[in-house]
Amino acid sequence: MVFIIKEVKGSRIYVLLPFLMRKGLFGLNEIIITLFNGLSLGSILLVIALGLAITFGLMNVINMAHGELIMVGAYITYVIQNIFMDYAPAAYFDLYFIISIPIAMLVAAGIGMLLEVSLIRHLYKRPLDSLLATWGVGLVLQQLARSIFGAPNVGVKSPSFLSGGLSVGSITLPYSRLFILALSIICLISIFYYFYRTASGRRVRAVMQNRQMAECLGVSTRKVDMLTFAIGSGFAGVAGCALTLLGAIGPTIGTSYIIDAFMVVVVGGVGALFGAVAGALGIGIFNTIFEFFTNATIGKVLIFLLIIAFLQWRPSGLVTSRSRSLD
Amino acid sequence: MQNTIYQKLWSQKIILSVIFLLLLLAPFFLSDFRLNLLGKFLAFAILAIGLDLLWGYTGVLSLGHGIFFGLGAYCMAMYLKLEANAGGLPDFMAWSGMSELPLIWLPFQYPIIAIALGIIIPAVVAFFLGYLTFRNRISGVYFTILSQALVLVVVTLFVGSQNLTGGTSGLTNFETLFGFSVNAASTQTAIYLITVLVLGVVFISCRKLVKGRFGRVLEGIRDGENRMRFLGYNPSSYKTFIYTLSAAIAGIAGMLFVLQVGIISPTMIGIIPSIEMVLWVALGGRGTIIGPVIGAVFVNAAKTGFSESYPEYWTYFLGLLFVLVVVFLPKGLTGLLDKWKDRRKKQDARDSVEVEKSYS
Repeated sequence: MVFIIKEVKGSRIYVLLPFLMRKGLFGLNEIIITLFNGLSLGSILLVIALGLAITFGLMNVINMAHGELIMVGAYITYVIQNIFMDYAPAAYFDLYFIISIPIAMLVAAGIGMLLEVSLIRHLYKRPLDSLLATWGVGLVLQQLARSIFGAPNVGVKSPSFLSGGLSVGSITLPYSRLFILALSIICLISIFYYFYRTASGRRVRAVMQNRQMAECLGVSTRKVDMLTFAIGSGFAGVAGCALTLLGAIGPTIGTSYIIDAFMVVVVGGVGALFGAVAGALGIGIFNTIFEFFTNATIGKVLIFLLIIAFLQWRPSGLVTSRSRSLD
Repeated sequence: MQNTIYQKLWSQKIILSVIFLLLLLAPFFLSDFRLNLLGKFLAFAILAIGLDLLWGYTGVLSLGHGIFFGLGAYCMAMYLKLEANAGGLPDFMAWSGMSELPLIWLPFQYPIIAIALGIIIPAVVAFFLGYLTFRNRISGVYFTILSQALVLVVVTLFVGSQNLTGGTSGLTNFETLFGFSVNAASTQTAIYLITVLVLGVVFISCRKLVKGRFGRVLEGIRDGENRMRFLGYNPSSYKTFIYTLSAAIAGIAGMLFVLQVGIISPTMIGIIPSIEMVLWVALGGRGTIIGPVIGAVFVNAAKTGFSESYPEYWTYFLGLLFVLVVVFLPKGLTGLLDKWKDRRKKQDARDSVEVEKSYS
């Protein structure tokens, strides 16, 4: 499409406008597919960013090992798939995916909890240092995966009920992407329920808003920190599980998504789930739109510039919890 | 009496001059290969000093210094590439079917302009990112994330525009510099000496910068930004200035690096190298000027040693080093040295008190 513009040198705008109109009139399907892909990317980013936003909002800790927890989730799915292939009857093979979601979540949550207790707890006063330390942990986890599973990517066979797609008119929406969309909505609802409808979630919000006061009122902030970190990490595991549907997995699978997920947190701000949702969908949709009109490289540059421009307007993200404290 | 002589001998200025002299004399007692390695480490040390101005003194952590390093390196490499082809098209451009030199390569035919751009381009990129983020008082952690995103963007851009930057394989196969063969031992020695001199100049001027009033303001911003604001300073302009300066220093380091190593590619400036640079500063000791130099040389020497024998364990070691340094050595190796000195001083004081007591 870029080539069409390039063929006619001279007045580009003159060519571009009718071209865009033509797209709008005749390319409805393409627009729907682009939006759907954006939504799909956004939903993946959302699952990843939910965990990050919680830990960052609660403890001001940027967990750079989050990407590696995604990788852990993905490899757990791979291992469970292999176990099913070897030991389970073929008819039940598809069940592996259903089973691996909770297991991936639990394992990632366990690693997260271990990380919090052994390392991050000692670094709360120094956010930049905890960033570096967790990055070190991530590096070790990545190399561990490389030693165990080898550097090349491994494939995970999608369950049969997720192959194919839903036909709407002349376009097909792949079931795997619809599944990820549904999964992200389930994650969102369960987080919402936990935060706003349970006693434990209320304690988390209390610590988030005013740590000292919550402590004075008898909330064990240590327990809350540990639990929240585990929940955030657990979502990384779920995200890893979902990523196996989209392609082969390798030791660096987390790093390719994690920076975008951080961007979601930066854009969305902390303090409300709405910020993460808006940030994830915004980045996902704009990313695919930019890539549609230019290419993957220029798209990345444009989205970065857009985020910088956005931060001029909202320096601390879309949604912020107001407080009168200064630092 | 003996104590004072001992102290004078160990005073910082003398130690530093001795180290500097040793570095200058290194070509006489090191093999060409080792000299080249040391030169590379010293180029990294230059970058580490700049990074420490930003992180150690001003408290702003950038995970994107590999990019500024890379921009400087690419500027130099473009000039070298053009000189190697004597005005013709670089090989990779011919492969991707280009017939004439693209516009952005044109200024790099002239060495002076190429060197100047190697400093200016990183500085300008840093200025814009710094100005736009610090102006809005975007919190420190957000800036860190943005700086890492910058790495991702620039690396994707460099890999993506294959016909302009050589893509993943980068720029290599240089032949001459100002008409001298780049790979000749004498040229390499000269470049090494230039690196040592640049390191000396950067070291001394940065030391001057942070020892004075300006340095106090920087430390004030690090420890209590809002208080500095209430006192009438504008932290954002100080931060922007330091970020720009440190990017320019990184650009210089990149140019010296490419002259000695002879290749620059996107993997050398990506996310992992960028964060490794932070480790040099952390290990050496942030908030000192000598610390980053020690850290850069030490980590890279360890890396070379490790990679020669056990390449895969290096990553484990690197990861563990991050954790250990942050948890147990937040002030780095120089902090360790200071602690040891303090203990000795206290020991001395206690000893002298005991002597006085026994006299009375």
